[in-house]
Amino acid sequence: MKEGYEVVYKRPKTLLDKRMHYCPGCFHATIHKLLMEVIEEMGIQEKTVGVCPVGCSVFAYDYMDVDMQEAAHGRAAAVATAIKRMLPDRYVFSYQGDGDLAAIGTAETIHACNRGEKFTFIFINNGIYGMTGGQMAPTTLEGQKTTTSPYGRDAKKLGLPLKMAEMVSQLAGVAYAERVSCNTPANTRKAKRALRKALEIQGKGLGTTFIEVASNCPSGWKCTPVESLDWLKDKVYPYFPLGVFKEPPAAKVEV
Amino acid sequence: MQFPGGQGKIVSKSKEDQMPAKGYVEISMEGCKGCGLCVVHCPSKCLELNTLDTNSYGLHYAYLANEETCIACVNCAIMCPDAAITAYKKVG
Amino acid sequence: MEEKLGEIKFMKGNEALAEAAIRAGLQGYFGYPITPQSEVVEYLAMEEPKHDYVLIQAESEVAAVNMVYGAAAAGARVMTTTSSPGFSLMQEGISYIACAELPCVFANIVRGGPGLGTIQASQGDYFQAVKGGGHGDYHLIVLAPNSVQEMVDHLGLAFELADKYRTPAMLLSDGSIGQMMEKVVLPETKPYKPDKPWATTGKTPDRPRNIITSLYIQSEVMEKKNQTLQAKYQQILDNEVRFEKYRVDDAEIIISAFGLTSRICKKVVDLAREEGIKMGLFRPITVWPFPTDRLAQLAAQDRVKFFLSVEMNAGQMVEDIRLSVNGKKPVYFYGRQGGIVPTPEEILNAAKGHLK
Repeated sequence: MKEGYEVVYKRPKTLLDKRMHYCPGCFHATIHKLLMEVIEEMGIQEKTVGVCPVGCSVFAYDYMDVDMQEAAHGRAAAVATAIKRMLPDRYVFSYQGDGDLAAIGTAETIHACNRGEKFTFIFINNGIYGMTGGQMAPTTLEGQKTTTSPYGRDAKKLGLPLKMAEMVSQLAGVAYAERVSCNTPANTRKAKRALRKALEIQGKGLGTTFIEVASNCPSGWKCTPVESLDWLKDKVYPYFPLGVFKEPPAAKVEV
Repeated sequence: MQFPGGQGKIVSKSKEDQMPAKGYVEISMEGCKGCGLCVVHCPSKCLELNTLDTNSYGLHYAYLANEETCIACVNCAIMCPDAAITAYKKVG
Repeated sequence: MEEKLGEIKFMKGNEALAEAAIRAGLQGYFGYPITPQSEVVEYLAMEEPKHDYVLIQAESEVAAVNMVYGAAAAGARVMTTTSSPGFSLMQEGISYIACAELPCVFANIVRGGPGLGTIQASQGDYFQAVKGGGHGDYHLIVLAPNSVQEMVDHLGLAFELADKYRTPAMLLSDGSIGQMMEKVVLPETKPYKPDKPWATTGKTPDRPRNIITSLYIQSEVMEKKNQTLQAKYQQILDNEVRFEKYRVDDAEIIISAFGLTSRICKKVVDLAREEGIKMGLFRPITVWPFPTDRLAQLAAQDRVKFFLSVEMNAGQMVEDIRLSVNGKKPVYFYGRQGGIVPTPEEILNAAKGHLK
């Protein structure tokens, strides 16, 4: 470090010193980083247990320096339910993609939210199945081309994309639901605040917390990382708006 | 392959007679994936992708091309998905 | 041994199983209703206010088995129960649990199948339990109780074996044993104090993070994991085989059965002996690990003429009998399906049929 300067940002220690395998520009890595910053700042590394999914983030436990469990595809909500019930004073999060949470795992997602299981969902919605090569997801946009919708998603045959944050916010057991993104520094800061808020609300035992990240997939979308930000702004946010869908009354939360 | 946190190649174009910068950043050459998100979000246009060189992964890494204009806003480090940037601000 | 009056009860199999779990220090039960085992969930729900175990009626058996995974990996003593179609749903989860080496207990109160089937008892899930209904090379420790008392005894044993070997264990029971009521002596409640340094309880500074996974993408690493599992299974095979012999010492005909049919076959042996036929019963109690060596020894005896496997299915354990006997003597099969319980007389006739 040069003389007369101080560090204003450096990589959190809770993010292991290992190069993450995600594609260049992928928000998976961003959210891993933000989540680990939050855990470091809150001082809860010793009390955190995470559940990682099947999907691009199947190796999340290689990057996050917290106890973690690998769940079967779609089942992270059931696994997280059990961990939180057995260890209620720990901070438990499930980290899932759109296939995991909104396709094969929809029942587990809805029922954990309906029961108000007190863990935090981190839902990475990038409208595609990245790990398996770019197939259509329940959150793929109408008209969007993927390997299993090569002519564009036909809403008449396959319906419109599922809006999970909106859906779960209707359930009484959900205390906090927000959709965030990381396409700009401002939004990325908001995403970090949302993750922190979710864990604080979990700490107060107010109910299920659900953070949906409108994320990108430059590889699956066949564009550059910078172009993926344009796709988010032009196509994704109009359908998947950012913002808070549900939160506890202000008096209950001091973040 | 281990990620060498924060050890970056600092390439500065600052001239000796210019005011010292408000801040500077170190970008890990091997940790950077050349995604460009930091470059497009730097308000002072300090950062560039090195189109003439690649790291051992074959990626055009980002680097601090114009150190004198860095205002230590930390936007780049915030955007960087891989936490490959360490940001410094002038004390006082 | 004196039996304390307070610990003797007249109980239904399913309820005795639930009570035994509570007394063994159950910390979590995650299940789903299905006939003929819903009494287990119901009993635990009624008893819940008096204890501090976690009880969740999950949204499906799929969710239930994954809750078992999560809780077991967090270090808790947990179990689930179900019946055949539900056990099919759990197979993926069981494969994951076996690979991740998580101690937990399952009970399959088997009903007639295949498909939606019937709610009557059957033994049609032997293959699924013993040969692994899920994918990959793994085994569950499988105990086959034949009475309400054994439901209780085997449940406690299953929890202990699961912890001892860090592996899932199960009771292969059936709808009749689950529903019948018998006198049962209940064990004393044991406080459960586990020591599981591998569990995900939160990474403290004194240790690296604990990861529970079954993903080993590199083939060399996956093979090593498989070898570890196989070595463990060999240890279990060497140490935990359990079986019962009834009037086998001078027998010329050996009938084999597990679970419910083994009770009936005891009567068959007695009836046969009354007619002067030297019959004996060999009953595997652990159907995995299977008592192969003992059967092989019996088959080697000159006086033994043949084996007859009696099951409530279309012929499943008979294959393991054949493998154990290894061609030394003929092995025959008699079975009923669909929930029909064979009578001692029809089994005896089948045995006599092979005498000619």
